[in-house]
Amino acid sequence: MYAWIWRHLPGTWQTKTATALGLAIAVAAILWYLVFPWLEPKVQFDDGVVDTPTPTATP
Amino acid sequence: MRTLIRGMGELTITAGLVFMLFVTYGLWGTGRYTQDQQDRLGDEMLDTWQASKVTTERVKLGKGLAMIRIPRFGEDWKFVVIEGVDRDDLRKGPGHYPGTALPGEIGNFVVSGHRTTYSAPFNRLGELDRGDEILIDTREQQYVYKVTDRKIVTPAATEVTAPVPGHPKRKPTERLITLTTCHPKFSAAKRMIIFGELASAVPRVKRT
Repeated sequence: MYAWIWRHLPGTWQTKTATALGLAIAVAAILWYLVFPWLEPKVQFDDGVVDTPTPTATP
Repeated sequence: MRTLIRGMGELTITAGLVFMLFVTYGLWGTGRYTQDQQDRLGDEMLDTWQASKVTTERVKLGKGLAMIRIPRFGEDWKFVVIEGVDRDDLRKGPGHYPGTALPGEIGNFVVSGHRTTYSAPFNRLGELDRGDEILIDTREQQYVYKVTDRKIVTPAATEVTAPVPGHPKRKPTERLITLTTCHPKFSAAKRMIIFGELASAVPRVKRT
């Protein structure tokens, strides 16, 4: 997979490295700012409220 | 075949990296969100407190209600208590159960907070001993509560939030505080509850 991406990046190895770094940062940013905030409440493992019925997804 | 195996390997390593990033987000990234909200709500609350006009309006859900300090956790340990205990409220800081007593009132002032993630305000609640002070600052008074007891209960044990904890029908005569958080750490299996009672109330020095 990564070898395939590397082969399809244009330019010399310097430009390839730069593009690859940029791609990695972009993916990390999308995860951090969009995917994780959406995902975090769904897998919440820290819940401090007492309630009936037993709270499932509330903190 | 070799390509397939290599592809699988790359995928697994990627998944591992993504997972590590997610854990970092959960433990550290969420805390930065809480800190921002705390700063904003704290400033907002102090502005209201300094305004000469006193309103009798109730604090709106999601807004700052009081300041909580626990000397055992250090000088710098303080959080704005938010009105409300919904998910979004508790992300901003410890939350006051709407409908339970207000600070200093007869009845039970109940506050819930995260033990891990989102700045983990109640992380060290298990270190509290009988007699430790919980300070609640409001506009005019500082209420000094003293810890009386600690209990581990099931998540459905709503009776601890009753005006007389454990006796939902009884009429309150004392001024109490109850803190709830999750137990054990990183789990939602049980709740840790700290009980306390009002020891004294000191007029706050008017800021000039």
